[in-house]
Amino acid sequence: MKRNWPAGASALVWLVLVVGPLYFMVAASLRGRADYLTSSPLKPPEDPTLDNYRTVLDGGFGGYLFNNVVVTAATVAIVVLLGVPAAYAVARSPSKLVQRGFTLLLAGLAIPAQATIIPVYLLITRLNLYDSLTAIILPTAAFALPVATLVLTNSLRDVPKELYEAQTIDGASAFGVLRYLVLPLARPAIVTVVVYTALNAWNGFLFPLVLTQSQSSRVLTLGLWNFQGQFGTNVPALLAAVTLSVMPIFVVYLIGRRYLLSGLTAGFGK
Amino acid sequence: MRQRPSFWYAAPAFAFFALFAALPMVLVVLLSFTSWDGLGTPQPNGVDNWARLADDGQARDAVGRTAILMVVSWLVQTPIALLIGVWAAGRQRTRAVLSSIFFLPLLLSTAAIALLWQVMLDPNFGVTQSIGGWLGDVQFLGNPSIVLYTVAFVITWQYVPFHTLLYQGAARAIPQTLYEAATIDGAGRVRQFFHITLPQLRYTVITSSILMIVGSLTTFDTVLILTNGGPGAASRIAPLHMYITGFSGFEMGYASTMAVLLVVVGTGLSLLVMRVTGFRSMTSQQEGA
Repeated sequence: MKRNWPAGASALVWLVLVVGPLYFMVAASLRGRADYLTSSPLKPPEDPTLDNYRTVLDGGFGGYLFNNVVVTAATVAIVVLLGVPAAYAVARSPSKLVQRGFTLLLAGLAIPAQATIIPVYLLITRLNLYDSLTAIILPTAAFALPVATLVLTNSLRDVPKELYEAQTIDGASAFGVLRYLVLPLARPAIVTVVVYTALNAWNGFLFPLVLTQSQSSRVLTLGLWNFQGQFGTNVPALLAAVTLSVMPIFVVYLIGRRYLLSGLTAGFGK
Repeated sequence: MRQRPSFWYAAPAFAFFALFAALPMVLVVLLSFTSWDGLGTPQPNGVDNWARLADDGQARDAVGRTAILMVVSWLVQTPIALLIGVWAAGRQRTRAVLSSIFFLPLLLSTAAIALLWQVMLDPNFGVTQSIGGWLGDVQFLGNPSIVLYTVAFVITWQYVPFHTLLYQGAARAIPQTLYEAATIDGAGRVRQFFHITLPQLRYTVITSSILMIVGSLTTFDTVLILTNGGPGAASRIAPLHMYITGFSGFEMGYASTMAVLLVVVGTGLSLLVMRVTGFRSMTSQQEGA
């Protein structure tokens, strides 16, 4: 493929549509309130200030960020700890039960989380977990498991049988094979799964929305929404909060774009 | 045999999934036959909810809005994602750099995107006001007959990069030899697109379309933050109506009925799309006639 004018033109229009709002977001977050109201949003801020960021950090952002890190780390840990052995079993276990369970797990790909918020709320309140970070972590991890197991299983099925058998002849137990063969070979798939799960947990909105309530268990997405009421018409401060919330992922994107993108389409791409 | 992993390697994952994802799916069906205010114990009430739903004008309006949003966002997103995805599949340096910018909206959470656009479209202090001209006079979020299209636009901004990524991956997998042969045969670029690229991408079109269909039937977070269904109920799409009925109106039983309906319709439409496009007959030869 060389030149492709219609696509090139739409790409250019799309570029403006993508960059425009992001530029506006960052530029406005560096403006004073008066400057925001009076000057054109497209001009660079004349007198850039970090005051808005200070307002955000003083307004509880750190707590939300901390909660987000806890939720994301715990969700990723659960998914990897449960998903890797499960995928190993699906790829190698002679048990019929495993295959049947895997089929059920794959059916879970078709369950939209949104449709289950009411029973999940019921479960979480009955387990006395309402308004805790655990309440967010459990369903978020459960809904990430089907894609995670699928991606991991696919990568383990690509491993030649002989490799597994050679290990077994050498006297390795099932756990030894997991530790010394599966873990190293599945590393790229594990990275994909970590990224996919972490992004879902980091940007998750639905489960925090219905399962938490108080300031102390508020995650970043809900915190942003809360800032909207808290800051009122202080738009630059709100945009500073939005910008700050994107920063961690943006840094990951700069470092490992390929991994991030593969994590995003996990389970759907080829 | 002992050296191969036993069922117990998979059991924790299965159990965890069963408890927090599969069980809720079963429970939502059961709850749809109960009356529950979210606090006490759900009380069975037979098919009352279903009878009520069949007769609920508000719910019908919400479904109508969902249909409009689904069709509009599919019609807008599909050609854009397809074109840009195919373009971004090229290995040229400019394309690589530009597509890394295209994917930026993927990094933002729904909350961030909805808040950003809400601020930009604000009728008094927003960007549209400052840019001026006819843009400044349009009440993008305040006019009931426009708001649904504004929502479609924001959703497009949010999700086109994801679908672009799907198309980019698929387009890169098309064998180059097909294009070389077509060039030798004298086929122009437009012909190549319609006779090679598009047919080769048909499964991606189907996958992407199904994700959009199920998405517009179930996703409501963007609309919740952007408009909260307003003005009035002008952008209260069905999944948002479900959420508001359950968590603001405390009619969790009735809201469950709506949730079940949305899943059934979503699954039905997905199967219909696969049947009509022959997606299944390719993956399984025995299926269908």
